[in-house]
Order: sequence, then C-alpha cells, then structure tokens
Amino acid sequence: MADPMISVQGLTVTYGSRRVLDGVNLDIQPGEVMVLLGGSGSGKTTMLRHIIGLERPTSGTVKIRGVDINRCSPKDLKAIRRTMGVAFQDGALFNELTIAENVDLPLRELTTLADPVIDIMTYMNLAAVGLGEAGKQMPQELSGGMKKRAAVARATALDPELLLFDEPSAGLDPIVAAGMDDLILFLKQAFHMTILVVTHELASAFKVADRIAMLYQGSLIAVDSKDAFRASTNPRIRQFLDRVADPIAASTAVQDHMQELAGMTGAKG
Amino acid sequence: MKFLEAVGGGVIRGLAYVGGLTIQGWSGLRATPRLLPGVGKRGRWQATLRQMAAIGVDALPMVGIMSACAGFILAMQTGTELRKFGAMQYVMDVVGVGFTRELGPLLTAFVVSGRSGSAFSAEIGTMVVTNEIDALRTMAIDPVEFVLAPKYLAAIITIPCLSIMSNAFGILAGAGFMYITTKIRLGMYLRYVFNSIELRDVFFGLLKSLVFAIIIVNVGCLEGFRTRGGPDAVGRSATSAVVWSTFFVILADVFFTAIFYLMRME
Repeated sequence: MADPMISVQGLTVTYGSRRVLDGVNLDIQPGEVMVLLGGSGSGKTTMLRHIIGLERPTSGTVKIRGVDINRCSPKDLKAIRRTMGVAFQDGALFNELTIAENVDLPLRELTTLADPVIDIMTYMNLAAVGLGEAGKQMPQELSGGMKKRAAVARATALDPELLLFDEPSAGLDPIVAAGMDDLILFLKQAFHMTILVVTHELASAFKVADRIAMLYQGSLIAVDSKDAFRASTNPRIRQFLDRVADPIAASTAVQDHMQELAGMTGAKG
Repeated sequence: MKFLEAVGGGVIRGLAYVGGLTIQGWSGLRATPRLLPGVGKRGRWQATLRQMAAIGVDALPMVGIMSACAGFILAMQTGTELRKFGAMQYVMDVVGVGFTRELGPLLTAFVVSGRSGSAFSAEIGTMVVTNEIDALRTMAIDPVEFVLAPKYLAAIITIPCLSIMSNAFGILAGAGFMYITTKIRLGMYLRYVFNSIELRDVFFGLLKSLVFAIIIVNVGCLEGFRTRGGPDAVGRSATSAVVWSTFFVILADVFFTAIFYLMRME
C-alpha cells in the first residue's frame, strides 16, 4: 500500500477537563473518499480542524504526505496548505467580495499568473461547480447550496491533491444535497483528489464514501468499507444507522414530566 | 489566597494582552511594505486606499464639526476667565497651543476609535465567527497581511492628516469667537496664533497622533481576532475595542506629554 495522504496518530484533544478526542488513529490513502461520520458533539469538526492545522492537539500527530503539520516550518506548512482545499460548512466566503473575486483569491494571492489567465481559470472553476453565470453576484445573494458550491470552487482553485469538506450537505434540501454528493464524486473521478468528508448525513455518506470512519464521544469506533459498515453489529453504529433515539427521552423522569405537562393543558382546556 | 489569585490572574491577562498587541503590531508593521504599489502584492494598495477613504475621508465631517465646537467651547471657557484680567488676547494662545499640542490629536483619536476602531473589530470578529479567517489560513494567506496591514497603513497615514484638519477647524472656531467678542479680524488672529505656536508643538502633536493611530488599529484588530463564539461576541468585541483603545490612547497621551514637558523644561 502506498504511503497514506493523511496520517493521524494518537490525536488527543482536551479542553479544560473535557476530552474531545481520545487517541484517534486514522490513515487516509491517496485517491480515496473517506467519510468521517458522527453525531453532534462526537468531535468530528474538532478532528477536521486539527487535520487542517487550525488548532494544535494536546498530544498526537497529524501528518500530511509524511510531514507533521504541527512540527514543520511555517514555509513547509504553507506548501502543504497550497495543496489542500477546505470547503467550510457555511462557505466562509468573503462578504465584501463577489463570487468570482472569492474564487480567484487564492490564484491572485499565491500565484503570479496574469489577470486574463486568472479570469479564465476562475470561470472554468465556477463552471465546474455549475456557477458559471454567478461570478458577478455577491455571496449574500446566493442560496445556501450555491454558497457551498462557490466554496468548493474556491477550495479547488489551486488544483489541490487533498480536499476536505465540513458538512457539505447540512442545511440543504435533498435535491441540492444530492447535487453536492455528485459534485464530490465528480471531483474525485475528474481530478483524482483525495477527499475527506465530515458529515452526519447517512445517505450522503453511503453515496460518496469509499471508506467510512465513525466517531463516537471522541473515539473512532469503526473504520471500514461502506458495505462492511452497513452490515456492522456494533450497537452504537446500529443506533446511528437505524436512527434510534438515546434513552434520555424514554427515561421515566422525562415521561412523568411530559404527562404532568399534558395534565396541565388538559386542566386549562 | 483568593485575592492573590485574582490579582495575579489579572496581571497575567493584562500582560498577555499587551504582549498580543506588541506581536500583532510588529507583524502588521512588517507586512506594510507588501502593500505598496509596484513592489507589493497586487490589489493590496487598492485595499489600502479603500481603508484610507473609510478611516479618513468619511470621518472628516465629524472631526471637523467636533473640533470646531471644541475650539469654540475652549475659547468661551477661557474667555470668561481671562476677560476678568483684561487678557482676552491670550485666548488665542490657549486655542492655538491647546489644539496643536493636545486637543487636535486627542479629539481625532476619539472620533476614529469610535468610528473605525469598532468597525475593525466588528469586521474581523465577523470574519472569525463565519470561519473566514480560518479559510484564509487554510488558503495559506496570512490574515495579518491580508486583513490588518491595509488598515494599519491607512490609519498611520490618515489619522495624522485628520489631526491637522482638526487643528485647523479648532483654531478657526477660535477665530470666530474672537471676532464676535473683540472684533479681531481673521488675518490678525492667524498672525497672532502662528506667533504663539512653535513648529515643534505641531510636530509633537502629530507624533502623538501617529502613536494613537497605532494603538487604535491594533486594539481594534486584536479585539476582532480574539472574538470567540457567535454574533453576540462580535458586539462585545466592538464595545471593548472602543473602550480599550480610548483607555490606551489616554495612557499614551499622559506618557508622551510628560516626556515633551520634560524636554521643554531643559
């Protein structure tokens, strides 16, 4: 097997006394789509932020193509970041810039290409995500799905080898969300990108993933192909797949309280 | 023990804040050459020009009106006292020296900290909350250079310019007062004022103004970068940007005025 694109070893993150990530190990191979699945508060966004080097872990290492991003020189980190694109959850587009200016920002800032070349590349980038005509609009004029697409166009502006998505389908209707899934698959096939998708949407996870990793309360409880994942008998995974509520809502105290509330409205009515 | 803990914690937080200001101030200053047209990165000097318009040109009406009012107030207040001694002509000294040495730079700093200091922290705070700063960092673009440096350079250029305008408006308002009360005409008033102020008064005033500019832009941006949480945090940072920049401006003012005072004594 080739060297992994991303190698996370023993990643531990604590905020105060709370342990958000607990010794997570994960290797992502070149050219695969890895989906990091987990419920709210499972630590998946924290893990993404550490993989892209926005925060420093309490202990453990994150290596991208063999380089430890927390111990390398600022120059090396810059070089690594040029080969990776991140599409943030709400797009993180710059509000005072047009969509085209947002997308061509990395090209203008980090390359010495001539302006006409940049304009053409920007148009192609936008066209690839289906926003060829939206370049002159401002971010606040776009719908949520279009913003996410524009963010993908910006993340892919420098032809990254590695593309990371934070909740690509959160807050989108099923049709637009399916469009995002198709876009991820298209980017993988057309540009052979290595892709990490952080999500809690099962349908989208099973559509795009080669392998699925599941986080539960800061620990990875499974890293498997999607078929093996679907057939898993791990109770936590089953609960997630079968959409079973946590027992809190079923506890007697809550039930009693509910009945009390129902009684109050009954007495008034 | 509780008391010691609280005092020690406060001191450490204060030192960390000042340390943050210093680091940010230095890295912002180091990034300014990359803003210059021709040698710098493309698009940066246009961003700087936009900031200069926002910090300087747009603030001019307010600085003008406030300075004129303050000049008139100063002339009236000193006039009532000096009239008793038949020394009305010293009103011109007070207004001229008071504005060039002190009031011009200080009033300008207050206006700019209220208008632009809060705007810096709100803008950067929003960028933090919506992950835009994170996006810049993951794109290998330095947020200090991209966001802070244009504001830095624009403030350093425009705030001393605004102070000069403030001096002019204050002194002219004094002229209005003198004309109304003693029928001294503008030409004579100006000759008298220019005799009473020295060039180094003007120079020291502008030097202070430069220091105020550095304080306002750095406090505003640091409060923005330190924003954590949601939209309500953005409002809090804007408030503390104004509060702390005003506070540090006054501290710096005392410090520099004391130095100039000692220099004049020798």
